[in-house]
Amino acid sequence: MAAPGKIDALSQFALHPMLGPLGRMGFSQSTLMMVVAAVLTLALLVLGMRPRAMVPGRLQAAAEMIYEFTYNMCVETIGPEGRRFFPFVFTLFLFILVGNLLGVFPYFFTFTSHIAVTLALTLAVVIMTTLVGLIIHKLHFFSYFVPQGVPKALLPLLVPIEVLSYISRVISLSVRLFANMMAGHVMLEVFGAFVIMLGSAGLLGLLPAGLALGVNTILIGFELLVAVLQAYVFAILTCIYLHDAVHLH
Amino acid sequence: MDLASAKEIGAGLAVIALAGVGVGIGNIFAALVSSVARNPAARERVFGLAILGFALTEAVALYALVIAFIILFV
Repeated sequence: MAAPGKIDALSQFALHPMLGPLGRMGFSQSTLMMVVAAVLTLALLVLGMRPRAMVPGRLQAAAEMIYEFTYNMCVETIGPEGRRFFPFVFTLFLFILVGNLLGVFPYFFTFTSHIAVTLALTLAVVIMTTLVGLIIHKLHFFSYFVPQGVPKALLPLLVPIEVLSYISRVISLSVRLFANMMAGHVMLEVFGAFVIMLGSAGLLGLLPAGLALGVNTILIGFELLVAVLQAYVFAILTCIYLHDAVHLH
Repeated sequence: MDLASAKEIGAGLAVIALAGVGVGIGNIFAALVSSVARNPAARERVFGLAILGFALTEAVALYALVIAFIILFV
């Protein structure tokens, strides 16, 4: 805790080195959670698809559902070319989804609540879409920044705006995910602190403390929704950017 | 006015952006309700779009929140 009587909402995001010698190389609990997320994703897909049953069991049904959901999203948004980008989108979606969901469990850490992580993911997406556009359309790709059917006199104004909006994708995509996860956990922390503060204030504080506890319970449900929703939004925006790169508008 | 109180006022001002977000989210769901009422068969597709729009609008609220946090804590 910081000063007494003040809610210390941000210290939950502090990184701690872990596992002795690995920690000195920069291995933190955030990295550990990334490994856990990757292992869980692999386990779901490998163990889930091992039976290869015609009538899937629970785990296989879950794996197939996520696969088909992402596949349909890819093909519907990008078009038939979406099949080529499906592995990328699927990996990204599952990694972020599992990472977001891990944060809801007690004693776990949300690695997507760090701007460094989401910015790295976003840079991967934006650099890849730009490269895809350049490889498919060569120099013709830059016509993406020139809106069609606009008077020539307006172009000097519109082209910089288009370029700016293209570059600001990096910021909007990364800050969206990071801010959602961070704000959710700050809210949980603030209401958790309310419970402790009001509960220790004596008999009069017990009722509001119970209310705050109820709000916190609802917030955890809301966090589950946000975790899935933000992973979905990240994946579908990746698809939309890829669509722009493949089709140029 | 000292710096600490100016910071708190600034953080409060930063979240005025939530007014616009409230209007935006209200708009999205109003449009969702009216379009589902007109064509209930389109519910599945329209609902997905509405949720996407909701998430994008909500993100604006969180940008404001992040700015407030940066003013307060950084």
